[in-house]
Amino acid sequence: MVRTSLWLLFIALAAIWVADLEIRAVSPWAELGRLAAGLIQPDFTTINSASVALLRTVAFAFTGVGLAAILGMALAFIFHWRVVRTGCAFVRAIHELFWALIFLQFFGLHPLTGVLAIAIPYAGVFARVYSEILEEGDQRANETLPADTPVISRFWYARVPDMWSHLMSYTSYRLECGMRSSAILGFVGMPTLGFYLESAYAEGQYSEVGMLLLLFLILIASLRLWVRPRLVVFYLLAAPWLLGTGLPIVWGNATRFFTQDIIPAPLRNGEGLIGLTSWLGDLIWYQALPGIGATLVLTQIALVATGVIALLSFPLISRLFVGPVGRFSGHGALIIGRSIPEYLLAYILLQLWGPSMLPAVVALAIHNGAIIGHLIGRQSNGLMLRPDAPSGFNRYTYEALPRLYRPFLAFLFYRWEIIMRETAILGILGITTLGFYVDSAIQELRFDRAIVLILITALLNIGVDALARRLRRALALRTTPTAQVPIQP
Amino acid sequence: MAALLLDGARADYGGSPVLGPLDLKVERGECVALVGRSGAGKSTLLSLLRDAKRRDAALVPQNLGLVDTLSVFHNVYMGQLAQHSNLYNLINLARPFAAQVTAVQAELEHLDMSNSLWTRTGELSGGQRQRVAVARALFQAGEVLLADEPVSALDGPRAIAVMDALSARYETAVIAMHDVDLALRYADRLVGIRDGLIALDQPADQINYDALRALY
Repeated sequence: MVRTSLWLLFIALAAIWVADLEIRAVSPWAELGRLAAGLIQPDFTTINSASVALLRTVAFAFTGVGLAAILGMALAFIFHWRVVRTGCAFVRAIHELFWALIFLQFFGLHPLTGVLAIAIPYAGVFARVYSEILEEGDQRANETLPADTPVISRFWYARVPDMWSHLMSYTSYRLECGMRSSAILGFVGMPTLGFYLESAYAEGQYSEVGMLLLLFLILIASLRLWVRPRLVVFYLLAAPWLLGTGLPIVWGNATRFFTQDIIPAPLRNGEGLIGLTSWLGDLIWYQALPGIGATLVLTQIALVATGVIALLSFPLISRLFVGPVGRFSGHGALIIGRSIPEYLLAYILLQLWGPSMLPAVVALAIHNGAIIGHLIGRQSNGLMLRPDAPSGFNRYTYEALPRLYRPFLAFLFYRWEIIMRETAILGILGITTLGFYVDSAIQELRFDRAIVLILITALLNIGVDALARRLRRALALRTTPTAQVPIQP
Repeated sequence: MAALLLDGARADYGGSPVLGPLDLKVERGECVALVGRSGAGKSTLLSLLRDAKRRDAALVPQNLGLVDTLSVFHNVYMGQLAQHSNLYNLINLARPFAAQVTAVQAELEHLDMSNSLWTRTGELSGGQRQRVAVARALFQAGEVLLADEPVSALDGPRAIAVMDALSARYETAVIAMHDVDLALRYADRLVGIRDGLIALDQPADQINYDALRALY
């Protein structure tokens, strides 16, 4: 374990050496000060349009995640089929923003774009996690049933009820993630929070930005109060009617997208295989490879920075280190850290510090570090120390860290794939990871290139996921799927 | 025609043989008690019988196979899942049909369990859980009963009531039990297992008590 950690650290240091972490803005700190002032003095005069944005954010999240949960359950039922497993790995390797960029091309700004952009990748995640949770369940009732019991009845009577509470707690965690995804979809034109935030930001209305951020934090933090099992049915039924109308779908676009746009240009122009080879070669050499390089560099730095933040922040909520008052504020800090989506944080920091990898690293590390810090902090509260255990720094290094390092690494490897997915997508903001090249290709209306680059991104994610799994297995870091669920304090 | 038939059956556990090879034939209408020390291989023999007769065998396994998060009603109803369509079963999972509730309630009355119809099975005591598993087997009304110590957690009169209900419903049954008196009272035939082999196989009314004692 120590050797693996040192390797990760070494790779990250090497990556820092080649990475571009410069602050380019003229007066970054003054800008940050103005934003902070906006957060402290939020301006609630535009609360009406903000509440519509918030309503839309919630509606997209509920519709998308609800659809995904139903689809995911159906897929979990047949998850032992190889084609389903592979298909799910593939759809969840593509970020919801990429899905949105694809759907935008043929559904346009219709609500369906946002709903499907959430529903499809989330269904892939649900299918895998649901089937893992169900495997943990008690199989004995299933084995006792008469052999000719229909399989669907078997599934719902003998397998699902035993794990129902785990399934629901995971689903509610994903609903929280869905709120973040939904907010982010505003950045590509959906009528959710991100849209209003981006325009407020562009106009320099920091007080309005502050208000939107505060509302979003309150929304996420209060989720447990208003998402109740009996109300969820009502929300799910109401949500599809609250998505707004958007713009109508032009079906001609959809047809053209499949029959022309995504066909590689040389084939469209009849240049044959030779043309295709040089087209693909150029694409890989000048775009995919630099994109992959930047994505990997940024991912590795962000991974280690995430680990550092997690290890520094978990004592804030641990009863081994701080009293009840301190823990309360610690929880507050970690909730803020993990409630703000990486993309949004990176967007804000990028405006402040100018385009480089630094804002991305900081955003990824804060968000993911807060999540892991929360998880291992909670785990540390279950530790029983001897009455005369050392205190302070010695307690941290001798008592807490050795016991928590294993779960810490497990969570970190689990987030690896997630960090890479986000890293690729942050390219849309102007950092030269794969998302940058995808976004540029789409802006140049070269969808054939965009699709190839998205496929490469997906393969990269699948590769990292496989590597993380192997490492977890080699280091015997077992986590049950339900232990990966951050339960709110 | 035999209801259950094993021919040279054997079972291994981690490469070493634990049962057999043995032959066993159970006729229709015959109630067989498996007796012997614990660990002799009775449960293994029952699972071999179950593999030989997958369809229409009602099971009361030692671990009961209950779904703790479901109510007693649903656990008992699970005995008849195969008789209904998936749609009917799913509706019944969310909103139980009155006809099914009445039928399940009737089974539970035989077993003195009618007060806990809607209790979650996980909240019941060991003896109550055992009776829920028995009620499920009764409700299933299969062709053959394969039960592994179905009354081990019940006291005298309750054990008698359960055995009465089971033998009234199932003419053909193989029941593993450590209580020799109960075995002699309910079974037509006793099969004694020792070290994974059949060491005794006699009708209950012609039992050789010395041979029976030698099993333990």
